[in-house]
Amino acid sequence: MVVSPAVEDEIGRSENMNYSQEQVMELKRKAIQVRANILEMIPPGKVGHLGGSSSIADVMAALYFHTMQVNPADPKDPTRDRLIMSKGHAVLAQYACLVELGYFPREELSKVKTLDGILQGHPDMDKTPGIEAVTGSLGQGLSISLGMALGFKVDNLPNRVYTILGDGELAEGQVWEAVMAAHGFQANNLTAIVDFNGLQATSTTKEIFPIENLAQKWDSFGWNVIEIDGHDMVQILDALEAAKAFTEGPTVLLAHTVKGACFSFAEGKAKYHNAAMTEEEYKQAWTCIDKLKREVEA
Amino acid sequence: MRTSDSLRKTYGETLVELGKDNKDIVMLEADLGNSTMSALFGAAYPDRYFQMGIAEQNMASVAAGLSLTGKIPFINSFAVFATGRAYDQIRSSVAIANLNVKICGSSAGLSDFGDGKTHQSIDDIALMQVLPNMTVLSPCDAIETEKMTKAMVESNGPVYLRINRNDLPLVTDPKAEYKIGQMTEMVKGKDVVVFATGVMVQQSMEAAKILEKEGISIRVVNVSTIKPLDVDALESYCEGVKGVVTAEEHSIFGGLGSAVCSALSKKRLPIEVLGVQDSFGTSAENYSILLKHYGLESEDVAKKVRAVLAAN
Repeated sequence: MVVSPAVEDEIGRSENMNYSQEQVMELKRKAIQVRANILEMIPPGKVGHLGGSSSIADVMAALYFHTMQVNPADPKDPTRDRLIMSKGHAVLAQYACLVELGYFPREELSKVKTLDGILQGHPDMDKTPGIEAVTGSLGQGLSISLGMALGFKVDNLPNRVYTILGDGELAEGQVWEAVMAAHGFQANNLTAIVDFNGLQATSTTKEIFPIENLAQKWDSFGWNVIEIDGHDMVQILDALEAAKAFTEGPTVLLAHTVKGACFSFAEGKAKYHNAAMTEEEYKQAWTCIDKLKREVEA
Repeated sequence: MRTSDSLRKTYGETLVELGKDNKDIVMLEADLGNSTMSALFGAAYPDRYFQMGIAEQNMASVAAGLSLTGKIPFINSFAVFATGRAYDQIRSSVAIANLNVKICGSSAGLSDFGDGKTHQSIDDIALMQVLPNMTVLSPCDAIETEKMTKAMVESNGPVYLRINRNDLPLVTDPKAEYKIGQMTEMVKGKDVVVFATGVMVQQSMEAAKILEKEGISIRVVNVSTIKPLDVDALESYCEGVKGVVTAEEHSIFGGLGSAVCSALSKKRLPIEVLGVQDSFGTSAENYSILLKHYGLESEDVAKKVRAVLAAN
């Protein structure tokens, strides 16, 4: 069943809220901090995946600072929920969350993608505390997540698994193998989130490999589908809660996002998929952060 | 003591036996369970058996995820699909992360004789041994298969097991201890050493009998762990011989022959590599015809031994 925007009714929403208005404010602040941390990792001249990291920043903030059960003091805590960044190039958004939670020292941010650093160009569970698998070769993360979900099911454990996919990544056939399998195994402890920003490395997803009617596609594959504005914190939280509550099988959130979100010069431009900012752009980026802060506090 | 000559049946039965006490073992299967014999596990422990359908790529990455929850997943398919179809998944999801995933490549080599080149694997050892962290095992009989399967469960990290579809004679000692990495002297001899793996072990043992009649004495060593290759043992078995022959049911590129040549590159010994030349497989009425067609019989081993002696 395809559900359009998770909950639209302000009044109805307040009855089942699993968060307070103050928490929503705090999560919005966290999302800004996530974007600030992303900027910190890619100063002018350093190539990095700004676009796809900032498009998923709000969802990541909701997951790490509210929805998921995590234990930064013990990254291997068996009761933790798992997050797999299948679109591994957006790992900057994950590092930005992990550093806020204290998984590793802030000094590491400046050493991302260096020989001495622990933050690799793509997620590496051996190098970085809090990273749960090796991803980056696109299309494999949902399968890995399904394996985890099945492992928890075999042992009747309550852990949940979250997977972040790119919309461009959905061209990988393996994704759909996993989609079919997850439905077959009724993996109701698995939630996929598609960072539906409409752009990939060289152009729009529509031009490169059209995947129209995405909601209907997932729906016809047996998934619970929720479409949301991926930059609306309340919609994100409600959808994640609805995914938890849905027990018949896996849920996918189609999060409509803007590539490069919040950074005006980069928004909606494929060029910033993986690029170096100029000094001027970098200054502008911090101005965007300040503007966001003012908006939230207002 | 195992009496069956079937490597794959032994593999399936051993896992059923191990799975009784070890609840972490889980099996994943890609619609070939009756051939790989993983179905035996499914019948015994349906809750720990995952039918993944004809989707090997997903199967390999799902196994990675299962291992990340503490399970010991075995993925099963024909060798050609288990390694080739899911290569990047094994590389990225499994090997880079050094996860405890066990891969069973069944119907390996030319042993799926009737199905032809799309189903025969002459490149699986090459694909697997090039991966860092990967262990590559190639048993020569059912006795060794049983020991290896047990050792795989005990080991930590990714392992590839290459299994022949056809029944093979029991040639190894059932009482001998086994550990991953060992190579075993099957026939004592002094003129030439033959390093063989899989079905070529018994062919090389037959070759020893042929050559004995000609006054040529060969040492036959079963190299059932292709990786990590025990280079010290390899060198010690070369002591006193006039030449080296390698024998495998695999491409001459990237398999046992390549590994041995690389390891012995500093030795001034003539080496002959016996294997499938640079070609794919083909359908045949039975396995023996194929071994003959590709020059993988005992007489072919003997020819290589004579050649290496002639090079002296």
